[in-house]
Amino acid sequence: MGRYVIRRLLQMIPVFIGATLLIFLMVNVMGDPIAGLCGERQCDPATEARLRQEFGLDQPVWQQYLTYMGHVFSGDFGTAFNGQKVIDLMASAFPVTIRLTIVAIVFEIIIGIIFGVITGLRRGRPVDTSVLLLTLVVIAVPTFVTGLLAQLVFGVNWQLIRPSVSPAAPFDELILPGLVLASVSLAYVTRLTRTSIAENARSDYVRTAVAKGLPRHRVITRHLLRNSLIPVVTFIGTDIGALMGGAIVTERIFNIHGVGFQLYQGILRQNTQTVVGFVTVLVIVFLVANLLVDLLYAVLDPRIRYA
Amino acid sequence: MTIIDHTTADVPSPHGSPEDSGPLLEVRDLHVEFHTRDGVARAVNGVNYSVSSGETLAVLGESGSGKSVTAQAIMGILDMPPGRIPQGEILYRGRDMLTMSNEERRLIRGQKIAMIFQDALSSLNPVLSVGYQLGEMFRVHQGLSKKEAKAKAIELMDRVRIPAAKDRVNDYPHQFSGGMRQRIMIAMALALEPDLIIADEPTTALDVTVQAQVMDLLAELQREYNMGLILITHDLGVVADVADKIAVMYAGRIVETAPVHELYKRPAHPYTRGLLDSIPRLDQKGQELYAIKGLPPNLTRIPAGCAFNPRCPSAQDICRTDIPALLSVTERDGTELPGRGSACHFWKETIHG
Repeated sequence: MGRYVIRRLLQMIPVFIGATLLIFLMVNVMGDPIAGLCGERQCDPATEARLRQEFGLDQPVWQQYLTYMGHVFSGDFGTAFNGQKVIDLMASAFPVTIRLTIVAIVFEIIIGIIFGVITGLRRGRPVDTSVLLLTLVVIAVPTFVTGLLAQLVFGVNWQLIRPSVSPAAPFDELILPGLVLASVSLAYVTRLTRTSIAENARSDYVRTAVAKGLPRHRVITRHLLRNSLIPVVTFIGTDIGALMGGAIVTERIFNIHGVGFQLYQGILRQNTQTVVGFVTVLVIVFLVANLLVDLLYAVLDPRIRYA
Repeated sequence: MTIIDHTTADVPSPHGSPEDSGPLLEVRDLHVEFHTRDGVARAVNGVNYSVSSGETLAVLGESGSGKSVTAQAIMGILDMPPGRIPQGEILYRGRDMLTMSNEERRLIRGQKIAMIFQDALSSLNPVLSVGYQLGEMFRVHQGLSKKEAKAKAIELMDRVRIPAAKDRVNDYPHQFSGGMRQRIMIAMALALEPDLIIADEPTTALDVTVQAQVMDLLAELQREYNMGLILITHDLGVVADVADKIAVMYAGRIVETAPVHELYKRPAHPYTRGLLDSIPRLDQKGQELYAIKGLPPNLTRIPAGCAFNPRCPSAQDICRTDIPALLSVTERDGTELPGRGSACHFWKETIHG
């Protein structure tokens, strides 16, 4: 187990370097960061040259990358052009997004798995068909439609929630945005659990569990669910990363000042430091989430543990 | 320990109930059908058999003859739907289990009637340790604590002679060999010392030397606990040493019943004869091995009359129209042969001819 973890940690290094380098290059290719600074007007050549030197933009790209990475590892993500430290932006954005992600993941786990178990056990019955149809609709409709609709109905028409989340973004204000953010993944979790449950419900070991005279709830929770959750755990784990970084649409709709919002601003203003900084952290989040999934996998399935 | 009570044969069983004189389990006119897209598959068509304490009944038949489905109906683990039991009775100590509530049946499963499955690797839960799976029986049915259940599990593993039981109790099914896994299945069935064990082809997935060990163990434990045993198999070799009586099934019916050695000596049904003739024998070395022609019938379209008629070497017109009843078989002079029965219009010719 220990060696397995070490091997996985070592594997993360090239992935991390590759992903960050790609992001760094893409942002540099995207356009001239200085041009965005002066707004609509052409920059004064003297100012431009001074800025280039100040930000180290006159050096070759690979050197810029190395310098940047060196700073990152000492905890310095640089300064945005407007003078704000990127690390400060992160400190305000990440807690909000983490809260939003937690709400979304909790929805995914609770609603997704419960629906999945119910439909998986009642395959072909009306409950199954209607839930399946519902998931299909949710998957087919883009998040911005679901989000705007939910905002309009719950926030404006019925006034059950505030249509716009306050800057502090406490948990209770994030319930609806979290549900919107989770909706598509939730539908996938439902379907994944359903298939997995339906498949395992016919397996020999479930039949054995019934033949042992175990009560139905015990057969389902101890024998059926544990085996069926292995693929679902993988999905939810990788989804953590996707939810943290991919909340741009949801965060825009509900005016949540989280990671998605900051990234959007950074891209809009061609703010290299912000974009690269946030993406670097997201890459780490992704990698750690994947590592956790693999470790959880080994906990759930002893056949992997001893392989 | 209760084992002593069981082994002293004339002491009444500690389960002492008024029905003790009768058979432990009696299946009466059981029908099972499956509703599929291709029509109704009639897997079991009027099966009758009974087992008493300490007795071993071997149910013999090809794949699809309905032997496993009958067993699953007894255990109450048929998938319903698509399965359905349109008629019949399954009496456990005189009470019809088909009319019992789900909860009543659940309490019988595992405690009174236990089952051993064919493929131990897929029948054991891959993600739970064997100790947990064995201990679960005690925790659920007897309310023991985790620790007590584990101790009981080790005891059970010792009893089925798994070496180093104490060290292996936390291992997972995939870490055991095939024979050891089957021993764990046996231990699990044995856990609560049930009255009856149904073993559904317990040795099919094992190699021959291990087969013998597992069968010996099963027979020994059965004697020790004075249990009834229903042994489902398609292997005539396995049956001969262990069984007391045999029921041969074909297309969901019992076609012949007999005490074990009688059947081998003098089969009273052409199907049984065909099965016996297709066992390889040393004195027929070099000759072509006999095989019953044709295939078992499609259960959605069982032939009219005797289901075996298309494959039977001695089929007559009557076999294609009339379903033969399971009649008792007698000697040439009319003296009854106890326990023998044949569902063939021409049983006389088959046994005496």
